[in-house]
Amino acid sequence: MAGREQEAAAPGRLAAFGAWIDERFPMSTLWKEHMSEYPAPKNFNFWYYFGSIALFVLALQIVTGIFLTMSYKPSAADAFSSVEYIMRDVEWGWLIRYLHSTGASAFFIVVYLHMFRALLYGSHRKPRELLWIFGVLIYLALMAEAFMGYLLPWGNMSYWGAQVIVSLFGSFPVIGEGLVEWIRGDYFISDITLNRFFALHVVALPLVLIFLVVAHILALHEVGSNNPDGIEIKKNKGPDGRPLDSVTMHPYYTVKDIFGLGVFMVLFAAVVFFAPEMGGLFLEAANFEPANPLLTPPHIAPVWYFTPYYAMLRAVPAFAGTQVWGVLVMFAAILLLFFVPWLDRSPVKSIRYRGPIYRFALMLFAAAFLMLGYCGLQPAVQPFQAMSVVGTVIYFAFFLLMPWYSRIDSHKPEPARVTS
Amino acid sequence: MGEPIDRGRRQLLTAATTLTGAVGVAFAAVPFLASWKPSARAKALGAPVEIDISKLEPGSMLKIEWRGKPVLVVRRTPAMLEKLGGHDDLLADPGSERSKQPDYATTAARAVNPEFFVVLGICTHLGCLPASYFEAHDTVDGLLGADWPGGFFCPCHGSKFDLSGRVYRGVPAPTNLEIPPYTFADSGHIVIGLDQSRIA
Repeated sequence: MAGREQEAAAPGRLAAFGAWIDERFPMSTLWKEHMSEYPAPKNFNFWYYFGSIALFVLALQIVTGIFLTMSYKPSAADAFSSVEYIMRDVEWGWLIRYLHSTGASAFFIVVYLHMFRALLYGSHRKPRELLWIFGVLIYLALMAEAFMGYLLPWGNMSYWGAQVIVSLFGSFPVIGEGLVEWIRGDYFISDITLNRFFALHVVALPLVLIFLVVAHILALHEVGSNNPDGIEIKKNKGPDGRPLDSVTMHPYYTVKDIFGLGVFMVLFAAVVFFAPEMGGLFLEAANFEPANPLLTPPHIAPVWYFTPYYAMLRAVPAFAGTQVWGVLVMFAAILLLFFVPWLDRSPVKSIRYRGPIYRFALMLFAAAFLMLGYCGLQPAVQPFQAMSVVGTVIYFAFFLLMPWYSRIDSHKPEPARVTS
Repeated sequence: MGEPIDRGRRQLLTAATTLTGAVGVAFAAVPFLASWKPSARAKALGAPVEIDISKLEPGSMLKIEWRGKPVLVVRRTPAMLEKLGGHDDLLADPGSERSKQPDYATTAARAVNPEFFVVLGICTHLGCLPASYFEAHDTVDGLLGADWPGGFFCPCHGSKFDLSGRVYRGVPAPTNLEIPPYTFADSGHIVIGLDQSRIA
């Protein structure tokens, strides 16, 4: 307090400049609202690192992406060699590209953990339904962004991955063929397709992502953060109107998040410098050959973060003469996420106070998701086919049966105040 | 000042203005959406391709590229054609009912002229390129079976097709190999990408 009085007594030039801005732009209002006075629950734990890490990775992808576009050429004739040029001839080009390619995988790891946190502590439940929906939209935009980015190096796996995924839209009756032609802008994945995927990857989708992230954070700061106890801290306010169980975002959680970022960056740098290909998981071997429409890689698999859905696609057999069912199941698997806030009928939010059924269901779901991811990387043979079917059934059962099992499940009484 | 606000009128005007604006937006969206369709250049490059088949030996195969896809032309010998009817029970779709081909290629030979078999060389499973094993009793490490009548074998996931591109049962590929639209310009030339029915 003494410092603030001093400031008021002798306004320096900096403070005067701040005041000048504040009369024209709500700088300190925004800072107070979202940082220095934003009341965050005081009991955040490990799981709450991933939001800020995701924000960091987004910034990293945008910065490294901008620098990659300075040397990359989005044409079928030049794309592959321009990536080699970045790797070999551009000063530090290899680092910028590996940061970007590793960043893509890191983004999904962080986002999956962030989403799992929501399922653990009921962060998607009322009143945070819109916050969750913005989050699922971010996840969708991220998948589109990653898919289109993967075509850009114009390696053979880029080419055939895009071929297989774009062909999925062709399985829709009547409109399918025209739709695929419209997406590709050609009769096959060509220079034209590459050029438009580039435009979407570097301009359109990043804009959408940034807009959605801003909406996600605004929604969060409007309703207030959930916490590991899943109770509303706004119910207990002190005489100053601030929740008793809160601390301010800055400096308490900014400092905590900087520590989390530090740990993340150590792990991230280890991958960038020592295992940027991650044994073929982050960068697939078949992609070190240029795209060749007349030579299929022996085994086509998408990058690891799509494989759970790819396994679901393959788990559904073709019948009635069409493969569209697998495609529908895959899209339904993602669409279901939008409805989770309303499927969950438990009177409590956090796993800490939920009964054994939800605990078991969530663990089973997480295991099934990991198993699907593994199966999606494997060739479509037994036993992976059977495992994919089991995984798909568990995935859908987790969501579709939730209205019943979450209601009949027992629960413990929630505490009135957060626990530490 | 004295007149009361007519809320009904205001609502109607707001709705009408919104609707008119929405129609305008829809019209304005057309050029952008339509710009994604294959351009004039893409269409020209995807135009039909004429190939000379007069020098193709019986029993041999020609491979050309059309719209970035491999098109195979096989000149089948009478012995090859004879075998086509002999293994319907091994096939998943012998009548080509669930498969993609022009209407003039739904017979067992799946061709306009049974001697010349035109097919897209892309596996209907995941788009690999099936290899040709045309001789009866050809073998790939025993994968084809002792009574292999000749046909195509996909090295990626082991799908098997006969000499009319019809898929076997119990392999990953769901349907027969696709037949592209084509027509005979004259007895020695085939035009790939032009429909037979448009000529006749």
